[in-house]
Amino acid sequence: MFVWFHKLASPPFFYKFADKLAPWLGWLSLLVILAGLYGGLWLAPPDYQQGDGFRIIYVHVPSAWMSMFAYMVMAIAAAIGLIWRLKLAHAVSAAAAPLGASFTFLALVTGSLWGKPMWGTYWVWDARLTSELILLFLYLGYIALNHAFEDRRTGDRASAILALVGIFNIPIIHYSVTWWNTLHQGPTVFFGPRAEMPASMYIPLFIMIIGFMLYFTAFILKRLQVEVLQRERNTTWVRELVEKS
Amino acid sequence: MSSWHEFVTMGGYAAYVWPAYGIALVVLLVNALAPGRQQRRLLKEIRRRANPKERSE
Repeated sequence: MFVWFHKLASPPFFYKFADKLAPWLGWLSLLVILAGLYGGLWLAPPDYQQGDGFRIIYVHVPSAWMSMFAYMVMAIAAAIGLIWRLKLAHAVSAAAAPLGASFTFLALVTGSLWGKPMWGTYWVWDARLTSELILLFLYLGYIALNHAFEDRRTGDRASAILALVGIFNIPIIHYSVTWWNTLHQGPTVFFGPRAEMPASMYIPLFIMIIGFMLYFTAFILKRLQVEVLQRERNTTWVRELVEKS
Repeated sequence: MSSWHEFVTMGGYAAYVWPAYGIALVVLLVNALAPGRQQRRLLKEIRRRANPKERSE
């Protein structure tokens, strides 16, 4: 098992591994997301207060969840890259950033489209919305900094430090609805006697979150392949790969 | 959902629900297609640099 992990960190082995795994995960995520959509948009009953407007939850919550998960992946990989100088680690950060930025953008836009009919406004500068917007800028800052240097290694190190500094924002996003009096609603209780949602509402939500996780895994692998090719373009294994294809 | 009509109109919230899903679809599709295209382009470029003679074809 440990040997296998060690091998996975070697670029040529990883490249072939991702080539096989990514398409399967991609199609699986599509199936799971379609099942979640069917549950969320058709089977789930309308909310007693928000009617069918609440159905934005099935894209908003998974996007917001992934926006933070992708950041943790990016920051942990950045730390590993800085400390152990593992080749693949910085590539993982660089591959996670555009996906994380996309999910953050989706969380903001879908939240905005949900806010208009329910709160009467597309945007308020409350703690949850503002900290999520800062998350988007952290991703964009990471991407810009990563590409700002002639030498890739300098860019990797500089952007890794930004990713680590930006971690402070993750607990702020998570606890913002508890620490401050926000327009954004607090955390939803799913289970137990104080549950706020019936199973027919929260099961599709969990399915959507699993679908988004699978999607993220599939396409971070594809992006990693591109990163690895770029970084290893002058090595013999890439030349051999190119000759074969 | 009790009818197709309710599904399409989203009980009056169609103007908010459908754009939210539409934008998500576009963003997820772009993210799904972009890396494969980049990969193919990059492989082609590396191959061209490895065999400069083929450039003239």
